[in-house]
Amino acid sequence: MIGCITAGLFSAGVAASTNAYESIATVSVGLGGSAGAVFTSIPSTYKHLQVRILARSSRADQNEQIGIQFNSDTGNNYGSHGLWGDGSGATAAQLNYPASAITLPWIAGNSNGSNVFGVSVVDILDYTSTNKYKTVRGLSGYDNNGNGQAALGSGLWSNTSAVSALTVKPYYGLLWNQYSVIALYGIKG
Amino acid sequence: MAAGSTYTPIATTTLGSAASSYTFTSIPSTYTDLVLIVSGSNAGSAAPLMQVGNGSVDTGTNYSMTVLRGTGSAANSFNNPGDTWFNTFMTSGTGEIYTVTANFQNYSNTTTKKTALFRAGAAGGNVIAEVGIWNNTAAINQIKVLLSGVNFNAGTTFTLYGIAAA
Repeated sequence: MIGCITAGLFSAGVAASTNAYESIATVSVGLGGSAGAVFTSIPSTYKHLQVRILARSSRADQNEQIGIQFNSDTGNNYGSHGLWGDGSGATAAQLNYPASAITLPWIAGNSNGSNVFGVSVVDILDYTSTNKYKTVRGLSGYDNNGNGQAALGSGLWSNTSAVSALTVKPYYGLLWNQYSVIALYGIKG
Repeated sequence: MAAGSTYTPIATTTLGSAASSYTFTSIPSTYTDLVLIVSGSNAGSAAPLMQVGNGSVDTGTNYSMTVLRGTGSAANSFNNPGDTWFNTFMTSGTGEIYTVTANFQNYSNTTTKKTALFRAGAAGGNVIAEVGIWNNTAAINQIKVLLSGVNFNAGTTFTLYGIAAA
Protein backbone atom coordinates (compact mmCIF):
# COMPACT_ATOMS: atom_id res chain seq x y z
CA MET A 1 0.00 0.00 0.00
CA ILE A 2 1.62 3.20 -1.12
CA GLY A 3 0.36 6.73 -0.76
CA CYS A 4 1.39 9.41 -3.22
CA ILE A 5 1.07 13.08 -2.60
CA THR A 6 1.42 16.05 -4.87
CA ALA A 7 3.18 19.18 -3.69
CA GLY A 8 3.04 18.54 0.01
CA LEU A 9 4.37 16.68 3.00
CA PHE A 10 2.46 14.02 4.83
CA SER A 11 2.62 11.67 7.72
CA ALA A 12 1.45 8.13 7.09
CA GLY A 13 0.19 5.47 9.43
CA VAL A 14 -2.51 2.94 10.00
CA ALA A 15 -5.05 3.32 12.77
CA ALA A 16 -5.58 0.50 15.23
CA SER A 17 -8.48 -1.80 14.49
CA THR A 18 -11.21 -1.80 17.11
CA ASN A 19 -12.75 -5.12 16.04
CA ALA A 20 -16.16 -3.51 16.44
CA TYR A 21 -17.41 -4.38 12.95
CA GLU A 22 -17.81 -8.00 11.92
CA SER A 23 -18.94 -9.83 8.86
CA ILE A 24 -21.87 -12.14 9.66
CA ALA A 25 -22.85 -13.66 6.31
CA THR A 26 -22.96 -12.92 2.60
CA VAL A 27 -25.18 -13.97 -0.27
CA SER A 28 -23.58 -13.89 -3.72
CA VAL A 29 -26.18 -14.48 -6.41
CA GLY A 30 -25.29 -17.03 -9.01
CA LEU A 31 -26.56 -17.99 -12.44
CA GLY A 32 -30.35 -17.95 -12.54
CA GLY A 33 -30.74 -15.25 -9.93
CA SER A 34 -32.20 -15.26 -6.45
CA ALA A 35 -35.62 -14.27 -5.10
CA GLY A 36 -33.94 -12.77 -2.08
CA ALA A 37 -31.13 -12.97 0.40
CA VAL A 38 -32.30 -14.62 3.60
CA PHE A 39 -30.27 -14.35 6.78
CA THR A 40 -31.45 -16.45 9.70
CA SER A 41 -30.17 -17.05 13.22
CA ILE A 42 -28.65 -13.59 13.34
CA PRO A 43 -26.63 -13.36 16.56
CA SER A 44 -27.97 -10.96 19.19
CA THR A 45 -24.48 -9.98 20.27
CA TYR A 46 -24.26 -6.77 18.25
CA LYS A 47 -25.80 -3.34 18.77
CA HIS A 48 -26.57 -2.55 15.15
CA LEU A 49 -26.61 -4.33 11.80
CA GLN A 50 -25.48 -3.06 8.43
CA VAL A 51 -26.36 -4.49 5.04
CA ARG A 52 -24.13 -3.60 2.11
CA ILE A 53 -25.65 -4.29 -1.29
CA LEU A 54 -24.53 -4.45 -4.90
CA ALA A 55 -27.57 -5.51 -6.90
CA ARG A 56 -29.64 -5.40 -10.03
CA SER A 57 -33.12 -6.88 -10.21
CA SER A 58 -35.00 -8.65 -12.96
CA ARG A 59 -37.66 -5.92 -13.10
CA ALA A 60 -38.12 -4.57 -16.63
CA ASP A 61 -37.61 -1.01 -15.47
CA GLN A 62 -34.68 1.16 -14.54
CA ASN A 63 -35.89 1.50 -10.95
CA GLU A 64 -36.21 -1.12 -8.25
CA GLN A 65 -36.91 -0.76 -4.54
CA ILE A 66 -35.10 -2.76 -1.90
CA GLY A 67 -37.59 -4.86 0.05
CA ILE A 68 -36.68 -5.71 3.63
CA GLN A 69 -38.60 -8.07 5.90
CA PHE A 70 -37.83 -9.08 9.46
CA ASN A 71 -38.39 -12.42 11.16
CA SER A 72 -40.26 -13.77 8.10
CA ASP A 73 -43.11 -11.31 8.72
CA THR A 74 -44.90 -10.88 5.38
CA GLY A 75 -47.86 -8.96 6.79
CA ASN A 76 -48.60 -5.32 6.03
CA ASN A 77 -46.58 -4.14 9.00
CA TYR A 78 -44.02 -1.96 7.27
CA GLY A 79 -43.75 1.66 6.17
CA SER A 80 -41.14 3.67 4.30
CA HIS A 81 -40.20 7.19 3.28
CA GLY A 82 -37.69 8.42 0.76
CA LEU A 83 -35.87 11.52 -0.43
CA TRP A 84 -34.25 11.14 -3.79
CA GLY A 85 -32.88 12.86 -6.84
CA ASP A 86 -33.45 11.47 -10.31
CA GLY A 87 -31.28 13.94 -12.16
CA SER A 88 -34.11 16.37 -12.88
CA GLY A 89 -35.44 17.16 -9.43
CA ALA A 90 -35.60 16.23 -5.78
CA THR A 91 -38.60 14.27 -4.50
CA ALA A 92 -39.74 13.32 -1.03
CA ALA A 93 -42.52 10.79 -0.59
CA GLN A 94 -44.07 8.11 1.55
CA LEU A 95 -43.65 4.75 -0.13
CA ASN A 96 -45.99 1.77 -0.01
CA TYR A 97 -47.72 2.22 3.35
CA PRO A 98 -48.73 -0.15 4.78
CA ALA A 99 -46.72 -2.70 2.91
CA SER A 100 -45.47 -6.24 3.24
CA ALA A 101 -41.88 -5.00 3.42
CA ILE A 102 -39.81 -1.91 4.00
CA THR A 103 -39.22 -0.48 0.53
CA LEU A 104 -36.10 1.61 0.25
CA PRO A 105 -35.53 3.70 -2.89
CA TRP A 106 -33.72 3.02 -5.34
CA ILE A 107 -31.54 0.35 -6.84
CA ALA A 108 -31.01 -0.79 -10.41
CA GLY A 109 -33.63 -2.65 -12.39
CA ASN A 110 -32.99 -4.64 -15.52
CA SER A 111 -33.55 -1.83 -18.05
CA ASN A 112 -30.24 -0.18 -17.34
CA GLY A 113 -27.13 -0.59 -19.46
CA SER A 114 -25.16 -3.79 -19.33
CA ASN A 115 -23.11 -4.34 -16.21
CA VAL A 116 -24.79 -1.40 -14.44
CA PHE A 117 -25.63 -2.35 -10.87
CA GLY A 118 -27.02 -0.35 -8.00
CA VAL A 119 -25.55 -0.04 -4.54
CA SER A 120 -26.88 0.52 -1.06
CA VAL A 121 -25.77 0.74 2.54
CA VAL A 122 -28.59 0.00 5.01
CA ASP A 123 -28.33 0.45 8.78
CA ILE A 124 -30.66 -1.45 11.12
CA LEU A 125 -30.37 0.25 14.47
CA ASP A 126 -30.75 -1.35 17.91
CA TYR A 127 -32.14 -4.52 16.32
CA THR A 128 -32.28 -6.53 19.56
CA SER A 129 -34.42 -4.04 21.47
CA THR A 130 -37.81 -5.35 22.59
CA ASN A 131 -39.11 -1.92 23.59
CA LYS A 132 -39.47 -0.12 20.28
CA TYR A 133 -40.42 -0.59 16.68
CA LYS A 134 -37.47 -1.21 14.41
CA THR A 135 -36.28 1.49 12.05
CA VAL A 136 -33.76 1.40 9.26
CA ARG A 137 -32.06 3.97 7.08
CA GLY A 138 -30.46 3.56 3.69
CA LEU A 139 -28.28 5.39 1.20
CA SER A 140 -28.84 3.87 -2.21
CA GLY A 141 -28.83 4.43 -5.91
CA TYR A 142 -27.45 3.72 -9.33
CA ASP A 143 -26.11 5.70 -12.24
CA ASN A 144 -26.80 4.82 -15.85
CA ASN A 145 -24.76 7.45 -17.69
CA GLY A 146 -27.13 10.36 -17.98
CA ASN A 147 -29.88 9.09 -15.73
CA GLY A 148 -30.07 7.43 -12.37
CA GLN A 149 -31.17 7.83 -8.79
CA ALA A 150 -29.49 8.98 -5.60
CA ALA A 151 -31.69 8.24 -2.62
CA LEU A 152 -32.02 8.43 1.12
CA GLY A 153 -34.61 6.10 2.62
CA SER A 154 -36.05 5.21 5.99
CA GLY A 155 -38.26 2.34 7.00
CA LEU A 156 -40.32 1.08 9.90
CA TRP A 157 -41.30 -2.39 11.08
CA SER A 158 -44.23 -1.99 13.46
CA ASN A 159 -43.07 -4.69 15.80
CA THR A 160 -41.04 -4.60 19.01
CA SER A 161 -39.56 -8.08 18.62
CA ALA A 162 -35.84 -8.49 18.42
CA VAL A 163 -34.68 -9.10 14.87
CA SER A 164 -33.28 -12.58 14.36
CA ALA A 165 -33.93 -13.03 10.65
CA LEU A 166 -33.71 -10.72 7.68
CA THR A 167 -34.81 -10.96 4.07
CA VAL A 168 -33.50 -8.56 1.42
CA LYS A 169 -35.37 -8.90 -1.85
CA PRO A 170 -36.38 -6.90 -4.90
CA TYR A 171 -39.77 -5.39 -4.02
CA TYR A 172 -41.14 -5.34 -7.57
CA GLY A 173 -38.94 -7.73 -9.49
CA LEU A 174 -38.88 -11.46 -9.10
CA LEU A 175 -35.15 -11.93 -8.74
CA TRP A 176 -31.83 -10.37 -7.91
CA ASN A 177 -29.70 -10.90 -10.99
CA GLN A 178 -26.48 -12.86 -11.13
CA TYR A 179 -23.48 -11.07 -9.63
CA SER A 180 -25.60 -9.29 -7.02
CA VAL A 181 -24.02 -9.40 -3.57
CA ILE A 182 -25.84 -8.80 -0.27
CA ALA A 183 -23.60 -8.80 2.81
CA LEU A 184 -24.67 -8.58 6.46
CA TYR A 185 -22.43 -7.08 9.13
CA GLY A 186 -22.72 -6.60 12.87
CA ILE A 187 -21.57 -3.51 14.74
CA LYS A 188 -20.79 -3.83 18.43
CA GLY A 189 -22.05 -1.33 20.98
CA MET B 1 -23.03 -18.17 10.37
CA ALA B 2 -19.43 -17.19 9.95
CA ALA B 3 -18.19 -14.09 11.68
CA GLY B 4 -15.00 -12.18 11.22
CA SER B 5 -13.67 -8.83 12.27
CA THR B 6 -13.38 -6.33 9.45
CA TYR B 7 -13.66 -2.61 8.53
CA THR B 8 -9.92 -2.57 8.56
CA PRO B 9 -7.85 0.60 8.19
CA ILE B 10 -5.71 0.21 5.07
CA ALA B 11 -3.98 3.57 5.17
CA THR B 12 -4.43 7.02 6.60
CA THR B 13 -2.63 10.27 5.93
CA THR B 14 -2.73 13.74 7.42
CA LEU B 15 -1.32 16.45 5.22
CA GLY B 16 1.65 18.21 6.79
CA SER B 17 1.43 20.96 4.22
CA ALA B 18 -0.93 21.98 1.46
CA ALA B 19 -1.24 19.60 -1.47
CA SER B 20 -3.39 19.33 -4.57
CA SER B 21 -3.97 15.58 -4.42
CA TYR B 22 -3.42 12.34 -2.62
CA THR B 23 -3.36 8.89 -4.25
CA PHE B 24 -3.85 5.49 -2.71
CA THR B 25 -2.01 2.93 -4.81
CA SER B 26 -1.55 -0.83 -4.61
CA ILE B 27 -4.87 -1.22 -2.83
CA PRO B 28 -5.14 -4.90 -1.93
CA SER B 29 -7.92 -6.90 -3.56
CA THR B 30 -8.63 -8.87 -0.41
CA TYR B 31 -11.64 -6.84 0.71
CA THR B 32 -15.19 -6.65 -0.61
CA ASP B 33 -15.86 -2.93 -0.22
CA LEU B 34 -13.75 0.17 0.32
CA VAL B 35 -14.69 3.19 2.39
CA LEU B 36 -12.73 6.40 1.87
CA ILE B 37 -13.12 9.33 4.25
CA VAL B 38 -11.77 12.80 3.56
CA SER B 39 -11.94 15.34 6.34
CA GLY B 40 -10.41 18.72 5.86
CA SER B 41 -10.55 22.04 4.11
CA ASN B 42 -9.46 23.79 0.94
CA ALA B 43 -7.71 26.96 -0.02
CA GLY B 44 -10.87 27.71 -2.03
CA SER B 45 -14.40 26.49 -2.53
CA ALA B 46 -13.61 23.76 -5.08
CA ALA B 47 -15.34 20.40 -4.68
CA PRO B 48 -13.21 17.33 -3.94
CA LEU B 49 -12.83 15.01 -6.93
CA MET B 50 -11.88 11.35 -7.21
CA GLN B 51 -10.40 9.20 -9.95
CA VAL B 52 -10.01 5.44 -9.83
CA GLY B 53 -8.24 2.85 -11.90
CA ASN B 54 -6.22 -0.29 -12.18
CA GLY B 55 -2.48 0.28 -12.45
CA SER B 56 -3.08 3.99 -12.94
CA VAL B 57 -6.06 6.24 -12.41
CA ASP B 58 -8.40 6.69 -15.36
CA THR B 59 -8.41 10.30 -16.59
CA GLY B 60 -10.78 9.66 -19.49
CA THR B 61 -14.42 10.70 -19.74
CA ASN B 62 -15.58 7.49 -18.12
CA TYR B 63 -17.31 8.77 -15.01
CA SER B 64 -20.99 9.56 -14.53
CA MET B 65 -22.89 10.78 -11.51
CA THR B 66 -26.42 11.34 -10.24
CA VAL B 67 -26.52 13.96 -7.52
CA LEU B 68 -29.01 14.96 -4.83
CA ARG B 69 -27.96 18.30 -3.38
CA GLY B 70 -29.19 20.57 -0.65
CA THR B 71 -27.88 24.10 -0.95
CA GLY B 72 -29.20 25.54 2.29
CA SER B 73 -32.18 27.07 0.56
CA ALA B 74 -33.34 24.36 -1.88
CA ALA B 75 -32.94 20.73 -2.89
CA ASN B 76 -32.11 19.79 -6.44
CA SER B 77 -30.81 16.92 -8.52
CA PHE B 78 -28.80 16.60 -11.67
CA ASN B 79 -26.88 14.10 -13.78
CA ASN B 80 -23.28 14.56 -14.79
CA PRO B 81 -22.27 11.98 -17.41
CA GLY B 82 -19.02 11.85 -19.34
CA ASP B 83 -16.83 13.48 -16.74
CA THR B 84 -13.14 12.81 -16.17
CA TRP B 85 -13.63 12.17 -12.45
CA PHE B 86 -16.17 11.61 -9.73
CA ASN B 87 -17.12 15.15 -8.80
CA THR B 88 -18.62 15.40 -5.31
CA PHE B 89 -20.13 18.80 -6.10
CA MET B 90 -19.64 19.63 -2.44
CA THR B 91 -18.59 23.26 -2.26
CA SER B 92 -17.49 24.83 0.98
CA GLY B 93 -16.31 28.17 2.20
CA THR B 94 -12.58 28.85 1.99
CA GLY B 95 -10.99 27.06 4.93
CA GLU B 96 -14.29 25.56 6.07
CA ILE B 97 -14.04 22.01 7.38
CA TYR B 98 -15.98 19.38 5.39
CA THR B 99 -16.26 15.64 5.20
CA VAL B 100 -16.60 13.32 2.23
CA THR B 101 -17.38 9.62 2.58
CA ALA B 102 -17.14 7.35 -0.45
CA ASN B 103 -18.23 3.71 -0.56
CA PHE B 104 -16.81 1.63 -3.40
CA GLN B 105 -18.88 -1.57 -3.44
CA ASN B 106 -17.35 -4.80 -4.70
CA TYR B 107 -14.42 -2.85 -6.04
CA SER B 108 -12.34 -5.85 -7.06
CA ASN B 109 -14.82 -7.82 -9.12
CA THR B 110 -14.19 -7.83 -12.86
CA THR B 111 -17.78 -8.28 -13.98
CA THR B 112 -19.74 -5.17 -13.06
CA LYS B 113 -19.02 -1.55 -13.76
CA LYS B 114 -17.98 0.02 -10.49
CA THR B 115 -20.61 2.05 -8.66
CA ALA B 116 -19.88 4.21 -5.64
CA LEU B 117 -21.97 6.03 -3.06
CA PHE B 118 -20.90 9.45 -1.81
CA ARG B 119 -22.00 11.57 1.13
CA ALA B 120 -20.47 14.98 1.58
CA GLY B 121 -21.22 18.11 3.47
CA ALA B 122 -20.00 21.42 4.81
CA ALA B 123 -22.06 23.46 7.23
CA GLY B 124 -21.72 26.60 5.16
CA GLY B 125 -21.87 24.89 1.79
CA ASN B 126 -23.78 21.99 0.34
CA VAL B 127 -24.99 18.65 1.60
CA ILE B 128 -24.65 15.90 -1.00
CA ALA B 129 -25.92 12.37 -1.57
CA GLU B 130 -24.55 10.99 -4.80
CA VAL B 131 -24.13 7.85 -6.85
CA GLY B 132 -21.40 7.53 -9.42
CA ILE B 133 -20.35 4.93 -11.94
CA TRP B 134 -16.96 4.27 -13.42
CA ASN B 135 -17.59 2.75 -16.83
CA ASN B 136 -15.06 0.01 -16.51
CA THR B 137 -15.29 -3.53 -15.18
CA ALA B 138 -11.66 -3.64 -14.06
CA ALA B 139 -10.83 -4.07 -10.41
CA ILE B 140 -9.95 -0.84 -8.64
CA ASN B 141 -6.51 -0.70 -7.07
CA GLN B 142 -5.87 3.04 -7.17
CA ILE B 143 -7.91 5.98 -5.93
CA LYS B 144 -6.83 9.58 -6.33
CA VAL B 145 -8.44 12.42 -4.41
CA LEU B 146 -7.81 15.81 -5.93
CA LEU B 147 -8.91 19.39 -6.31
CA SER B 148 -9.06 21.51 -9.41
CA GLY B 149 -7.06 24.71 -9.18
CA VAL B 150 -6.57 24.85 -5.42
CA ASN B 151 -4.91 22.82 -2.68
CA PHE B 152 -6.12 20.82 0.26
CA ASN B 153 -5.03 22.63 3.39
CA ALA B 154 -2.53 21.13 5.82
CA GLY B 155 -4.31 18.95 8.34
CA THR B 156 -6.67 17.41 5.79
CA THR B 157 -6.93 13.66 6.38
CA PHE B 158 -7.47 10.82 3.91
CA THR B 159 -8.36 7.43 5.37
CA LEU B 160 -9.09 4.25 3.45
CA TYR B 161 -10.82 1.25 5.03
CA GLY B 162 -11.41 -2.24 3.70
CA ILE B 163 -14.52 -4.28 4.50
CA ALA B 164 -14.37 -8.01 3.88
CA ALA B 165 -17.55 -10.02 3.56
CA ALA B 166 -17.76 -13.50 5.07
